[in-house]
Amino acid sequence: MKKRKKKTDPLGRGRNCSKYTYQMLSIAGILSFLLVWQLLLEFGILSDRYISKPTELVALFIQKMTDSSPDGSTLPIATLASLQVALTGLLLAIVTGVPLGLLMGWYKGLDKFFKPIFEIIRPIPPISWIPLTIVWLGIGLKAKAFIIFFAAFIPCVINSYTGIKLTQQVLINVAKTCGASNFTIFWKVGIPSAMPMTFAGIRVAFGNAWSTLVAAEMLAANAGLGYMILMGRSFARPDIIMLGMVCIGALGALFTFILGIVEKRIVGWRNVK
Amino acid sequence: MGEKKIRLKLTNLKKSYDTAKGKFQAVEQVDLEVYDNEFLVLLGPGHCGKTVLLNMIAGLEEQTEGEILLDGKAINGSDPRIGMVFQKTALMPWKTVMQNVEIGPKFRKVEKTPRRKKAQEYIDLVGLKGFEKSYPSELSGGMKQRVGIARAYTNDPEILLMDEPFGALDAQTRFVMEQEVSRIWEQEKRTIIFVTNNIEEACYLGDRIVLFSECPAKVKEIYVNDLPRPRDVISPEFLKLRTRISDNTDLAL
Repeated sequence: MKKRKKKTDPLGRGRNCSKYTYQMLSIAGILSFLLVWQLLLEFGILSDRYISKPTELVALFIQKMTDSSPDGSTLPIATLASLQVALTGLLLAIVTGVPLGLLMGWYKGLDKFFKPIFEIIRPIPPISWIPLTIVWLGIGLKAKAFIIFFAAFIPCVINSYTGIKLTQQVLINVAKTCGASNFTIFWKVGIPSAMPMTFAGIRVAFGNAWSTLVAAEMLAANAGLGYMILMGRSFARPDIIMLGMVCIGALGALFTFILGIVEKRIVGWRNVK
Repeated sequence: MGEKKIRLKLTNLKKSYDTAKGKFQAVEQVDLEVYDNEFLVLLGPGHCGKTVLLNMIAGLEEQTEGEILLDGKAINGSDPRIGMVFQKTALMPWKTVMQNVEIGPKFRKVEKTPRRKKAQEYIDLVGLKGFEKSYPSELSGGMKQRVGIARAYTNDPEILLMDEPFGALDAQTRFVMEQEVSRIWEQEKRTIIFVTNNIEEACYLGDRIVLFSECPAKVKEIYVNDLPRPRDVISPEFLKLRTRISDNTDLAL
């Protein structure tokens, strides 16, 4: 009870769990998921010919830190290769997509000019760019980053576009009566207003980029988490496949968490209380 | 009143919009003279085109016909001599109180030190000392509108337009804010054009009250109000004026 005093919620009742308790709950969630998984295999309810136990995955994880069999690269190298591909594509998408979306949303001429092209490119699934990409760029980092770029580009553009379109007219009027030029208003009012939406777009873009990774690495890669999964299939090693999937999942979650922190820094004004 | 200096002159001002249902007349032939340093209240029923009129003076909308003369010269677009306090609490949510207040001089590229000094002066004047670093989401409705007023003053306008600034406030806060505006105006004389649909507010604040008819906006009558300030809202003279105006007002639906 003493502890509660520090962070009291005036409404109290049922809402007085501390931040610490909530963190424990999240960890307990993950642990019980793993426990159920482990037990299902221990009691033979699921066959271990198709699924590995979490404990085995941990052992494999440790082994793969240094061992490069069977797919030809150790886990850190595979992870770095994947991150390089995904982040290159994502960054390219952010630095081109966000400004394009913002400019299209603000300047009507640009909107009319780019919108039709964009609307035609938009429905084309990112993975359908693979064959053309091979022809154009071969199968190196550039090619893979290009596929990821397409997956991440679209949400960057759309969210920035919508975000800046939703700028309150009255805020624009305030700036106008202060004698600001259209460009100043775009820069000082439009862009900050659009930031929450833009960030949501970047989150989606990251999700798309990361989940297109496996597809991009189907392009005859020689290292990477997606490549590791594919090799696991060739060698009929479900444990390798699952380790690859878990790594993709865990890294994705980690990046979402980091993005959340960056977002709070930049658009923290939104929910100051 | 005749010898007073005319600052702003509206002649034959008209505004119409083309809508799907045809032409919509929002403002119909307004002729009005605004004197130097007076507190002019534009009173009329809701949605009768007062805001449109104000937006035209502020340069946010273009008139269909007629002229707006400031010191005898026509104005085009937004003029730095005209400032505005908006209907909604139009604060930038990503800026602190200080950053919101200093926005006008900042857009005009005034250096930080003099700009901050001036902003601080008006933050103090509207009674927000100590809240400079707060974000709008941390302020109450009345405080937000105080920021809006400080911002308009910091821009150093000669004419200040206020568009139903207290419409969204509760009755109690509203009355406090009316007293505040009256106090600030007496302390820092400016020409104020204040739009409202509240008769009591109009009588409390205005030197002259311009009563508008229902849409399209047309001047119905102008009342001169020379009751001494601060005004007593239950004095017989005040109530008499109030009744005179309310008997002559078109009711909005």
